Amino acid sequence: MAEILVLVEHTDGDVKKVTTELLTLARRLGEPSAVFFGPGFDAARDRLAEYGAAKVYVAEGGDYADYVVAPRSELMAKLVADAAPAAVLIASTPEGKEVAARLAVRAGSGIITDAVDVDADLVAQQSAFGGAVVVRSKVTRGVPVITVRPNSTAPEAAAGAAERVDVTVELSDGARSAKVVDRTAAERTGRPELSEASIVVSGGRGVGSAENFAIIEELADALGAAVGASRAATDAGWYPHQFQVGQTGKTVSPQLYIASGISGAIQHRAGMQTSKTIVVVNKDPDAPIFELADYGVVGDLNTVVPQLTTEIRKRKG
Amino acid sequence: MNILVFVKRVPDTESRIRIQHETRTIAEDGLNFVISPYDEYAVEEALKLAEAHGGEVTILSMGPEKTGETIRKALSMGADKGVHVVDPALHGSDALVTSAVLAKALGTVEWDLVLLGVESTDARMSVLPAMLAERLGAPQLTLASSVEVDGTTVRVKRLTEAGYDTVEGSTPAVVGVVEKINEPRYPSFKGIMAAKKKPVTTLTLAELGLSADAAGTAGSWSAVVDFTPAPPRQAGTVVKDEGDGGAKIAEFLAGRKFI
Repeated sequence: MAEILVLVEHTDGDVKKVTTELLTLARRLGEPSAVFFGPGFDAARDRLAEYGAAKVYVAEGGDYADYVVAPRSELMAKLVADAAPAAVLIASTPEGKEVAARLAVRAGSGIITDAVDVDADLVAQQSAFGGAVVVRSKVTRGVPVITVRPNSTAPEAAAGAAERVDVTVELSDGARSAKVVDRTAAERTGRPELSEASIVVSGGRGVGSAENFAIIEELADALGAAVGASRAATDAGWYPHQFQVGQTGKTVSPQLYIASGISGAIQHRAGMQTSKTIVVVNKDPDAPIFELADYGVVGDLNTVVPQLTTEIRKRKG
Repeated sequence: MNILVFVKRVPDTESRIRIQHETRTIAEDGLNFVISPYDEYAVEEALKLAEAHGGEVTILSMGPEKTGETIRKALSMGADKGVHVVDPALHGSDALVTSAVLAKALGTVEWDLVLLGVESTDARMSVLPAMLAERLGAPQLTLASSVEVDGTTVRVKRLTEAGYDTVEGSTPAVVGVVEKINEPRYPSFKGIMAAKKKPVTTLTLAELGLSADAAGTAGSWSAVVDFTPAPPRQAGTVVKDEGDGGAKIAEFLAGRKFI
């Protein structure tokens, strides 16, 4: 059966949700072999087995973490040459795309990014022009390297052997040319990561101030959601730029997107238009974002949002 | 220091984009074209580095004749000269082709740093800086939210999910900058006038030693199978808040099993 390589996203062996999605997708295309850059395999093994990894290629060693991207793409290029898989699936994160990019060049393969689905013929589906157009593309040369958006496949468990296969590669000189000399952690919010969250609660110009973002945060916390912000809000300094959703910011496609005080200009829509369910609160009945809403309330977010938060807490008990 | 900045000419995202389904391209008449916003940050960063460390900034771009206007816009911000790779065979090139052409173009000039924006606002692939680093065998200093140069060492803050990593590499290096790394300057009237006289070299594929079938749609390693408008979203329900707006949303969410 065709082997499909899936690059594992993890933190110290804690496997991320997007990897369970990619393994599920890989099972429809062939037999998944996970690629794990260690250490941490022992912690990850069960979860990889749970989602059907038949094999796990394990590459341990400081170089993979200490140098930017190239060592990982060089190892994966070697795997592509040795194992001749039918395709390689990588999560569409900023770094994932860089691994995929270098792998494609090195392996002499075509690359497709931000796929939301891949069919049995390895035709990838992408969403273009802010969700207005569905594009289907295929790689025409080499082993297809495809990056897949988080939240586009529902993970389904199906047991796999997760047999460990240790792999190594002799790195080129260039692979060690960009060295990580220090790591700095930002303050943890305790909320889910924006591009992976199933629910996103965003605030825009209508929120009015940095302090008032607290009501957006409270709604997010009642739902266990990530917080997002429109460009107007981040430009005004009311919320950090890393939470910006939009054309120049993150693209999200959660199960539920709640937009408060956001008018819905193309700038913002491009970043959230493919969310499965969209709820809107805005005091302007003509705000373009209402065109996207599955449910919308024309009203003052300062009363509607806290009321919603209270109701959610009541229902959750 | 010789600093190169790669810029891409893209449709202004504020313009209405009309898709021509027959040719699977966008209708260009009436569209306003600009320097891809992320690349403006790269131009500004290059100008700041040249001001701080001395050196020249060269704008590099690839595209049809009209890309010359995009290069002039960057020159009017203060860059010194331009290199324009223009060839009809380039039409429809994917990122793999673009990175190969750029790598060749970089072979025709002396350079210490090549700066690019993290992605273009049209294709949004975000792969070009990494591909370029791979092809050139140069340090990949990408996702940079700050850039420092110390002799031949370049140090960047590379954005990560957890915060940022401090990454170092030696010149010549590829630097990919993220949005809001700086505040791009507006060209002054003087700058716009001066830009008209700055030299822009043009290069064809043949001059770069590349054949036409290594470029464009023909040379690209992926192809569009089809292109259809997304199914329209079903119209939703919009109600006016009458003191119960929040409660109504909660009911909707419960109905959809979110709570």
